[in-house]
Amino acid sequence: MTAQTSRKAPILAILSTAFIVLWLLLAAFPFLWTLWGSFKVQGDFFSRQDWMNALSGTRTIAETGSAFTGQGYYGAWVLNDFWRSAINTGIVTFFVVVISLTFGTLGGYALSRSSFRYAFWILIAALIFRAMPHITLVSGYLLPFFQLNIWGYLATSIVVLVAINQPFTLWMLHSFFKSIPKDLDESAMVDGCSRFQAFRMVIIPVMWPGVITTGLFSFLLAYNDFAVTATLLTQENQTMVPKIASFLGTTQVQGNVMYAVSAVVSATVPLFILVLFFQRQIVSGLTAGAVKG
Amino acid sequence: MPHRTFFWFILPSALAMLVFIALPIVSIVVQSLYVEHDRVLVEVENCGPFGCSKEVRVDAAATAELQREEPLGRFNGLATYTNRNHLAFDEIGAAWANAPDIAEFAGEILSLPFYRALSFTLAYTAVVTPFVIVLGFLIALAVNMLPSLLKGPVIFVSLLPMIITPLIGSLVLFWMIDSNGVIGATIQALANDPALSLKASAPLTWITLFVYGIWHSTPFAFVVFYAGLQTVPKDTMESAMIDGASTFERVRFVTLPHLSPLLVFVGLIQLMDNFRVFEPIVGFNAEANATSLSWIIFNDLRGAGTPLFGSAAATSTLTLIGVSILLTPVLIRTWRDFTRKG
Repeated sequence: MTAQTSRKAPILAILSTAFIVLWLLLAAFPFLWTLWGSFKVQGDFFSRQDWMNALSGTRTIAETGSAFTGQGYYGAWVLNDFWRSAINTGIVTFFVVVISLTFGTLGGYALSRSSFRYAFWILIAALIFRAMPHITLVSGYLLPFFQLNIWGYLATSIVVLVAINQPFTLWMLHSFFKSIPKDLDESAMVDGCSRFQAFRMVIIPVMWPGVITTGLFSFLLAYNDFAVTATLLTQENQTMVPKIASFLGTTQVQGNVMYAVSAVVSATVPLFILVLFFQRQIVSGLTAGAVKG
Repeated sequence: MPHRTFFWFILPSALAMLVFIALPIVSIVVQSLYVEHDRVLVEVENCGPFGCSKEVRVDAAATAELQREEPLGRFNGLATYTNRNHLAFDEIGAAWANAPDIAEFAGEILSLPFYRALSFTLAYTAVVTPFVIVLGFLIALAVNMLPSLLKGPVIFVSLLPMIITPLIGSLVLFWMIDSNGVIGATIQALANDPALSLKASAPLTWITLFVYGIWHSTPFAFVVFYAGLQTVPKDTMESAMIDGASTFERVRFVTLPHLSPLLVFVGLIQLMDNFRVFEPIVGFNAEANATSLSWIIFNDLRGAGTPLFGSAAATSTLTLIGVSILLTPVLIRTWRDFTRKG
């Protein structure tokens, strides 16, 4: 059918190809440009004379003797302890993903196997909770957390992010478990398993595709978060995203912007790899929510 | 599943949501009724060589003590909601009475912090959502026509703007539109105006933020629509072709009706996400020209020296009311579907 369409309407085919090329340019160019620019000095990446300098690296050669420099990376990772933020991000995302998935699989499974009315209401409540702007919730936490003296720790942020993530996780896993036939666990129960044993021995072995997809989105939520981590963590415990924001506070100093640029590129790399390997799961995850929601 | 088993399975998840989502909502409503303590003032007499003078000083110890005893602050009723930084009833009344015409009245209202943020938030939601849906749909149609070998790489590149951390994505664009950056310099050259800066004027900042929002969210709509396109029934499409429908007519009368549930879904998610727009304003450093509801809450909490809990909580409550108005049609629809099914 594709071939037929293009034969009938070559103008349309040309137009749509041009459109795609334009879109790909818009989508990819900012990343390529920033990646390239992160190896230059500030005078080139923000060139007063000519933006072509960022390509040729005129000032970079003048200042460092070579067309590429790792100064920005050195400044961010070594001088400004960006490695510490990277470790913090690692800890936060790891625990958020693991805990979210544990809670989510149990809850999502229960919701998919219950025919009572309250299961429906829990899902609706989750939908409403999904719509809450995160910063409004943060403004509810801050004062109690100060009073309880639990403000500023990674563990607090992890728990908060797990909770914020629950509505989405529940919905995703609920619709995934719905697609696993009831007969499977029910026959295990006929054979004498308790509900939990049936879950452990029959459902857990077949649930990994759904769990991996949901896990990817939990990872993205924890990794990309700014509202929670910027307000609930102390300076030393900052994760990467608020750390980058704090680089910007001191942009006046020559070279400091390049620290932020390199930090941004560094923080983008894991996301890049994630899409590279899990593209299919991400696409199927976005669609699963759409088809069932 | 019996109630008891259900309860144990759902408990961790429900507890997490109850404690960290439902309780905070109660917490902000309560906090919004209180306001920070006034500082405790004491009058001290200073006696020097030139006689005695009375002076009013802040009693730091007593203030701290009061703060510790009543951390919420003092009860303020609804006064926080009506003050200048929120609904500003007095200011609006005064503007209504004094402004010569509607334009001036609107201008005065939009200079109040809450209405300024509200107007940008609504404009952002109203502009970005339809653009994202239309663009995403067009890209999905175009990608669907590509040979299958190219589809994978094209989808990979298309996902990038969506997957990127919002703050990082906005920073990347912000640096490019800097007047010394690649896009900023190009625009200056095109407009032949070396003083032109996208950051300087309010309308240009708004447009920049809209463009960022569309760039960031279009991939989501694209992916959902693209997946939907794979399920368009072949038979219907072929009969439409036999009946002589043009490409446009096939899209209009076969594809679009088939995708309409997805349209609603994408629209709903986009409304929720765009209404909480926040990171781009930090990333684009745009607060001078554009603020959003989320941003003013953040600013109350982190911008000033001491966090203004009462003010932030009042804005949060108003934001939640906004969200619930946005969600009402969806909920009513779900409720109707649910009761019809019995």
